Amino acid sequence: MRRFLAVLAGLLAAALVWEGYKAVGNPEGTVVFGVRVLPRADDLSMPHLWTIAERLGAPELTGGRPVWQVVLEACLFTLGITAVGFVAGAVVGLVLAVAMQRFRIVERGLLPYVILSQTVPLVALAPLIAGWGGTIMPAWATVSVIAAYLAFFPVAVGMLRGLQSPASAGVELMRSYAAGWWRTLVKLRFPAALPYLFPALRLAGAAAVVGAVVGEISTGTRGGIGRLIIEYSREATSDPAKVYTAMLGAALLGLLVAAAVTLLEVPLMRHRRHVEVVTL
Amino acid sequence: MRRLFLVSVLLLAACGTADQPSTPAPGGSGATTKIKLQLQWFYQAQFGGYIAAVDQGFYKEQGLDVELLEGGVDIVPQTVLAQGKADYAVAWVPKALASREQGAGITDVGQIFARSGTYQVAWKDSGISSAADLKGKKVGNWGFGNEFELFAGMTKAGIDPGKDVTLVQQQFDMQALLKKEIDAAQAMSYNEYAQLLEAKNPATGKLYTADDFSIIDWKNEGSSMLQDAVWANTEKLSDPAYQQQTVKFLTATIKGWAFCRDNAEKCRDLVVAKGSKLGKSHQLWQMNEVNKLIWPAAGAGIGVIDEAAWKQTVDLSQTTKNQTGDTVLTKAPEGLAYTNDYINQAIEQAKAAGVDVTGSSFQPATVTLEEGGV
Repeated sequence: MRRFLAVLAGLLAAALVWEGYKAVGNPEGTVVFGVRVLPRADDLSMPHLWTIAERLGAPELTGGRPVWQVVLEACLFTLGITAVGFVAGAVVGLVLAVAMQRFRIVERGLLPYVILSQTVPLVALAPLIAGWGGTIMPAWATVSVIAAYLAFFPVAVGMLRGLQSPASAGVELMRSYAAGWWRTLVKLRFPAALPYLFPALRLAGAAAVVGAVVGEISTGTRGGIGRLIIEYSREATSDPAKVYTAMLGAALLGLLVAAAVTLLEVPLMRHRRHVEVVTL
Repeated sequence: MRRLFLVSVLLLAACGTADQPSTPAPGGSGATTKIKLQLQWFYQAQFGGYIAAVDQGFYKEQGLDVELLEGGVDIVPQTVLAQGKADYAVAWVPKALASREQGAGITDVGQIFARSGTYQVAWKDSGISSAADLKGKKVGNWGFGNEFELFAGMTKAGIDPGKDVTLVQQQFDMQALLKKEIDAAQAMSYNEYAQLLEAKNPATGKLYTADDFSIIDWKNEGSSMLQDAVWANTEKLSDPAYQQQTVKFLTATIKGWAFCRDNAEKCRDLVVAKGSKLGKSHQLWQMNEVNKLIWPAAGAGIGVIDEAAWKQTVDLSQTTKNQTGDTVLTKAPEGLAYTNDYINQAIEQAKAAGVDVTGSSFQPATVTLEEGGV
């Protein structure tokens, strides 16, 4: 209950800041030495919250469905893409981490490329991956690939750190039990890695959302919230509130994914006590 | 929760597999050839003729099963075509020629838009009405090769685009002009200009009208370049089967555009039904403006590349410098950059089928835009 109230208070504060700035801010924005330091507060740049709410309720186009329905549906579509990308990215990240932990040479050879992979701009990557759509996979799956590409990185790096975290005393104990690599992995390294895994998964969740939204924008895949943002932003001239409805949708998507990842922790964190014992 | 993820994975996978068999199905008989056409952007009336040709079965009459591929921010149609991921592509001539110079093997086989639709729009009371008036002003432009008509126009008027004006990168919308952050904004007659007329003037509470703005039309300044054209794969054009297919494709495309000329509202409905997020009045405006760029078609008919217009486009591409001092093209296009062979055959076939290929009696309609274009 307290948590719920805190969330509510946070939302309220954000709304107050928005409307407060609109009330006191210069409609022309504040420009110092030719550099804009504060945004414009006019209705075209920052529509009133109630205008946005009104827009959510109004039909998207004459005789069409209300905007909130369209936005929600787009969110669900992108949620699906994100989920696929997240799971695929997490699995790839896990496999890479295990391989790197197992074979030192793999770690030395692969880790620099894993890090390098994240410096490739999406702009360069997206058209390449978009070309796979319709041939070896459906168009939406290409966006999942982009999401997975961003999501695997924190998992691979975080999990590797986690798998390497058990103290040598623990590893030697396992060895004295004549436990093989697999046994050590399952009984010692995985439980020890869990506290490292969850922050990594949260990062991966956020990265997957970004990947899915940006991927939709750059490949033009229809149906999702990223596409909706760009479609609505074209109408910002005459209907500025509409863009913000899509952005609200994207924010909602981010929250949904964050919540889902948090829920993922609940069943697995029962092992936590184990970890502490083993790593002592 | 993991199970929930799994369920959604399976669900999506199910959607994917369910979709696949239904795509080739419309072909029906084995005689149709599957063809992909890469568009430049999302479905909108700018591509009305192709959408109509699919919907009205004109392509099917020719034994073609055409799939339209929507564009995206990072999708470059001519590159998709050159890589063989599409059979034909719609692209602006200067940009396609630039890709060509970098090695893309593509040929303009049908210049659907005979005229350019690029404007530079300013407030009427700003006193800007020609390219020369832009001197010392803040000039919005889109960049990425969409700005060359503007640069050519300024160069022609004796303005150095690198020094005499402040160039501002424009967003997707026209807010910068409405907020007077820039003095003149780039706009397509069929899209962004309409967005201005769909916006409410806070001072009067009514929509802005054409009287509020002044337009620099590059057609009148002698710096217009050729825009939407159908591009084909140059290498494949030596294959008689692809040649025949190109003629068939163009014949049906001509029919599609003629249909949109004669049935603008029906075509608008087809575009809207394709899931465009732009409203009905906006799409009708766009259909009408696009028709103006095509019809009436001079000479033999729609799609024939006019030598003079081509030369102007190439010359401007070679001589106009952008702010970094680069030109679109460093040398004249080599090899088969364009050909009228196929469009001429297609025009004959369309004429034989009773299609009016010149639209000499075309009269544009007057479209009333509504707030937000809905």
